[in-house]
Amino acid sequence: MTYDVVVIGAGPNGLTTAALLAKKGRRVLVVERADEIGGHTRAVEFASGFRAPITDDAGWLSPSVTKALGLRDLKAVAPSASMSVAQGGADSDFLVLSTNPRTAADNIRKLSARDASRWPAFVERMNRFASVLADLYQLVPPDIDTTSIGELASLAGVARKLRGLGRDDMTEFLRVMPMPVQDLVDDMFENETLRSALASAALRDIRQGPRSAGTTFNLLHYMVGAPRGSVRARNWFADGPDAFATTVAGIARQHGAEIRTGAAVDAITVADYRVSGVRLSDGSEIAASVVVSTADPKRTLLDLVDTVWLDPEFTLAVSNIKLRGATAYVLFGVSSQMEDAERTFATPVSLTTDSVSLEKAADAAKYGEVSNEPHVELFCPTMRWPQLAPAGSHVVVARVQFAPYALKNAEWNDDRACALMNQVSARIAAVIPGFEESVVHRAVLTPRDVESKFGLTEGAVTQGELTLDQILFMRPVPSWGHYRMPVDGLLLGGAGAHPGPGVLGGAGYLAARAVLRGS
Amino acid sequence: MSPATQRYDAIIIGGGHNGLVAAAYLAKAGKKTLVLERRHVLGGAAVTEEMHPGFKFSVFSYVVSLLRPEIIRDLDLPAHGLQILPLESTVTPLDNGDYLAGWADPDETRREYYRHSPADAEAAIRFGHLMHHMAMAVKPILGMVPPDPASLSPADLKGLLKLGKHFRSLGADKFHELYKLMTMSSADYLDEWYEFDPLKATKSASGIIGTFLGPRSPGSAYVLLHHYMGEIDGAFRAWGFQKGGTGAISNSIANAARAFGAEIRTEAGVEHVIVRGETATGVVLANGDEIYAPLVVSSLDPRLTFTRLINPTLLPDDLVEGVRRYKFRGSSGKVNLALDGLPDFTCLKGDRELTLRALRGAFSISPSVEYLERAYDDAKYGQFSRHPYMDIVIPSMIDPGMAPPGKHVMSIFVQYAPHNVTDGWNDAKREAFGNAVIKTLSRYAPNIESLILHKQVLTPHDIERITGLSEGNIFQGELALHQLFFLRPVPEWAKYRTPLHGYWQCGAGTHPGGGIMGASGRLAAQEILRAS
Amino acid sequence: MLAETPFHARTAPLVRAQTWRRWAGHQVASAYDPHPDREYAAIRSSAALFDVSPLKKYLITGRDAARLLDRMVTRDVMKCAVGQVLYTPWCDIHGKVVDDGTVSRLDDGTFRLTSAEPNYRWLEMNARGMSVTIEEVSDTVGALALQGPLSRTILQQAGADVANLKYFRLTHTKIGQTPVTVSRTGYTGDLGFEIWVDRPRGVAVWDTLMDVGARYGIVPAGIWALDIARIEAGLIMLDVDYFSSHHALIEDQKSSPYEINLGWTVNDTKGPFNGQRALRAEKQRGSAWNFVGLEVDWPSFETLHLARGLAPRIPNIAWRSSAPVYKGGKQVGYATSGTWSPMLKRYLALAHLQTPNGTPGTDLEMEITVEHRRNRAKATVHKLPFFDPPRKRA
Repeated sequence: MTYDVVVIGAGPNGLTTAALLAKKGRRVLVVERADEIGGHTRAVEFASGFRAPITDDAGWLSPSVTKALGLRDLKAVAPSASMSVAQGGADSDFLVLSTNPRTAADNIRKLSARDASRWPAFVERMNRFASVLADLYQLVPPDIDTTSIGELASLAGVARKLRGLGRDDMTEFLRVMPMPVQDLVDDMFENETLRSALASAALRDIRQGPRSAGTTFNLLHYMVGAPRGSVRARNWFADGPDAFATTVAGIARQHGAEIRTGAAVDAITVADYRVSGVRLSDGSEIAASVVVSTADPKRTLLDLVDTVWLDPEFTLAVSNIKLRGATAYVLFGVSSQMEDAERTFATPVSLTTDSVSLEKAADAAKYGEVSNEPHVELFCPTMRWPQLAPAGSHVVVARVQFAPYALKNAEWNDDRACALMNQVSARIAAVIPGFEESVVHRAVLTPRDVESKFGLTEGAVTQGELTLDQILFMRPVPSWGHYRMPVDGLLLGGAGAHPGPGVLGGAGYLAARAVLRGS
Repeated sequence: MSPATQRYDAIIIGGGHNGLVAAAYLAKAGKKTLVLERRHVLGGAAVTEEMHPGFKFSVFSYVVSLLRPEIIRDLDLPAHGLQILPLESTVTPLDNGDYLAGWADPDETRREYYRHSPADAEAAIRFGHLMHHMAMAVKPILGMVPPDPASLSPADLKGLLKLGKHFRSLGADKFHELYKLMTMSSADYLDEWYEFDPLKATKSASGIIGTFLGPRSPGSAYVLLHHYMGEIDGAFRAWGFQKGGTGAISNSIANAARAFGAEIRTEAGVEHVIVRGETATGVVLANGDEIYAPLVVSSLDPRLTFTRLINPTLLPDDLVEGVRRYKFRGSSGKVNLALDGLPDFTCLKGDRELTLRALRGAFSISPSVEYLERAYDDAKYGQFSRHPYMDIVIPSMIDPGMAPPGKHVMSIFVQYAPHNVTDGWNDAKREAFGNAVIKTLSRYAPNIESLILHKQVLTPHDIERITGLSEGNIFQGELALHQLFFLRPVPEWAKYRTPLHGYWQCGAGTHPGGGIMGASGRLAAQEILRAS
Repeated sequence: MLAETPFHARTAPLVRAQTWRRWAGHQVASAYDPHPDREYAAIRSSAALFDVSPLKKYLITGRDAARLLDRMVTRDVMKCAVGQVLYTPWCDIHGKVVDDGTVSRLDDGTFRLTSAEPNYRWLEMNARGMSVTIEEVSDTVGALALQGPLSRTILQQAGADVANLKYFRLTHTKIGQTPVTVSRTGYTGDLGFEIWVDRPRGVAVWDTLMDVGARYGIVPAGIWALDIARIEAGLIMLDVDYFSSHHALIEDQKSSPYEINLGWTVNDTKGPFNGQRALRAEKQRGSAWNFVGLEVDWPSFETLHLARGLAPRIPNIAWRSSAPVYKGGKQVGYATSGTWSPMLKRYLALAHLQTPNGTPGTDLEMEITVEHRRNRAKATVHKLPFFDPPRKRA
């Protein structure tokens, strides 16, 4: 059997590429190192009968991807709230940022009347700003030297949209984008709990604190496609955390694509600057004239491709990509005894109530240390998908920042991982009474574990930290933002390419278009 | 002349270097110009004062390289006293007792870097070329009135088009590099080039000077570039001392302005600007004198310009809100020492020739990136750095007139000393800050304490008190991406104008801001002349 | 302060006119005499001894040593035999020359790379993912060049076993009691050798060669003499005849191997190397520039001087500046170095010309300044090298 295209990785991006190319009649093979498809959206079984996806964010399903794939059957559910903050204290009160701005404002009013009055306009403005990004995220990122009429035309579209915001909003958009989220929230709000909620949302999967410039961009990035009124949560799929992957895999297969799991790629083979196929870890070679890799750029270009085919300046740039995985996960199986679980876990809940703690947590990571008091967010996937745990039980996922992949003068090992798990458990217990008693299973995923489980270098789900210098035409590396890599026939279609993580099939879609345009 | 009849074409509020530059250009164009300075000395933060008998200090700003060459030429400043003496080197004492030096001679620097890292010695050559290119790429931007991307006016569209053409003409590689410098942290940026940590620390220090950023804070790479701009029209390392201290630079500009006919008054603080309807018509001095002019130009920072000199209720809400959220965040202090002799930096191991050469340059207390970053962390949480970054120079080594024979003046620029230190600054805290500086310096030059004849410690609070700079920020506001170019100081008011007719801004709080550059003063004057 | 070479103790007293110069951060002699005449003459008639220690030298060892160099330079290193030396340029990905130098295979797993500029970082960048060790030995290995018709005799008399050493081959041998590596290479286009020795033993080698060489007319020689010889030999010099693409400030300052007369070094069918694709494309479409010898027509040169009442004058050292070259009144290139050839009695120059003008025999004009005024002297394209004695390879 020969193939036109080999796609590396059966996550949302890889499957999107495969389905789109199969629909256009290409013979496509998807190779996936794990035994299941879904990439980082798949649920991990951490105890018998308990499965957990590591992210609460379903990602944004863009109109372009929906249309290109012809998706109809995916049932999306809108979140009722962006998030909440557990304020601790005797009544264990929660600040719930409902997606209904008036309800949210009512909740905020208990903390600050002034902030409550500002909330609706703030959310509306942020939603508008995110929608500008939404347009950009469905395009090949235009670069300074572009001469392509198509790119210029679509860029003109974005520019029109930007100007369509009106003079004040446009200026404000350009002003806030590079700002530290701390400045944004300090300028806007006076209540520390509210500030910390927004600040924490801006730190998703980066190794930065809220005082770092550009964190406002990160906040907006994960707001793209969120329903109006939400500053964070996006629609999720009723059929499971990996519903998108499963559905798209179905489409791909239906059009003749083959998906092989448990098939790890050892090398992308090259002959005279052209891709010739892939070699699997079992030694078998598969010929193809096009390879789309959704593995991260470092893995793809430094490990899988023999660097003799590449410009040393290019490999230097790739090696300079900041991945900086610094998120760990503690997974809990919780028995049915837990009181109030429905209220507590109705929405992702942050345990950090002030932004200085967020900054201090990030400080440690700068020096290669685990935060003394990490920022912990809880998410209960079984509220959405009861099938992930035995009846009546729950799964709770704690996202923990910051636990840097690279520790200074130390390595991750079982002791360190265990210490982190205990630390997080204690932290939760201090805020949510009764939680610890109801835990029946625990497991921890350090960035090392994320790396080995999901094949993500440095455990970075982002495949490249979302900082201002690593987005748009700078992603994955400057001058190579067009999906085609310097080896002919090799494309990058994962989150390491524009538009990055959190956009379902976003890079995969644009990579597929690049394949089709090129042939 | 009775006070009520004083009339001029233009009044400049503030006799700092930008105010003086603006005055000189306006006077040169034939405007009858008056400069009003609150203090008894001209120069703002660029002043020389004798703080101890026989010892002259560049009290605040202490080295120069950014002064725009076109200003030097237009105003013929060398004829009026400008004379820059080169700074020879930068020496960083290392924790292991060794040192890292950068010398004026590239070969010598390369060999020195090679001692610590062969790859860095080589990287330095290409890095130098790159920074040269980047400074060239930014130079036209420094010289243009920033167009407003949200505006549809023909002038703005033309400006944007010009800017777009400029960026395209750079080519993709240089544009991307510039973009990286605009967005990255100086330490991350330098990580891409260098491996020897003290070298990265010393270079990244340029990215934190004057800002409330650490070397790992995104945005600091731009400040790094800002400090490289001085090298463009000069030699390899164009940082130098003005003969007679930085005050002599101010005086040279003042002399040039006077030669063009401007009048300059000291001890003439402006109480407020006189506004009739929507037009500024003059100023009232602290002594009650009223002076009238159709042009009133403030070189003070945006907070003073918009909320102290005039009643903010006269201004649109957006502007007032913009000024309110404009970030100053003074982060640096200064310790000036009168010394009985020369400090003995132990890293130089008593090598007499080496020591004498090194003392003619700068010493950078930046042993590692982590050292600087931890100094920043202290400041983030409201403390002065226990172990601060310091940039140390001994001007009397190059300009003997600064101190009595055999004695010396030492200027220590210190970060971080946050303006908003927890519980505020007071005498005891200033003392403790000064002691932390001397104690840290003693680790590298143990004899320093025994040499001190006089010590002047300046916190951001003192800098604000003496110079008027809000929060003691030496750049009149953070050089952060969201406060640059068409956003400096606030959107829609980045072209030196204000909503009041006849009232203009020309300080470092406008584009391009910061450092003894004079570009704001020049651009403002040109804009004023174009409009009138 | 400049660094001293391993031979400084011997060379310093000989520099009678203090004619020092800077070379790669080192202090070396431009000439030992106040002028280079005697030193140049030795290159072509007896033997000249040069201190070339400032050259950058790197030892490359390990499993992928050959692979690293092969992916870097334009020639086929995989076919480089033990004891063989390759002269080669290396390029960036766009096929523009970064530097040029020699690759020597010292033994099966050890190579030495010499270059004009530092290349450590570039080697490291190229070595990503390879099993190889790169060690810079610039300061620990001294280098001498013994060049001239009697150089072999002197070496043999000094005890070195070089009787059968072929052109661009090397051998490990001894000079006096000192172990050295001798390669039959040089920068003069004459019979000649380069001697590589550990720094502490350098002076001993110098002394032996000077002692033995005395009877054969050995002359210590400096860069001025070398410069004349290398122009006669048509050998290019970095930063004079071309710029490293790593240091060029604009695209126009970069050159491909084809554009500097090194097309012969480009093996575009070997394994992958930096610039391979760009060079293939250039080969196919033809280069925009070529690099040639120019012979300036003496009578024309003389006439232009006589017209101003002057006798023609040329300095006795080579020039390294830029002189516009014209054809039919239109500028078609520029010369980058030139010299009076004492051997050939001709005025020679090396020049970059836009392509259609490089055929030997083409009549051109080169700008010269006579008494502050610009003039154009007639010049003819000449095949390189200008001087190529059979003894060089014999």
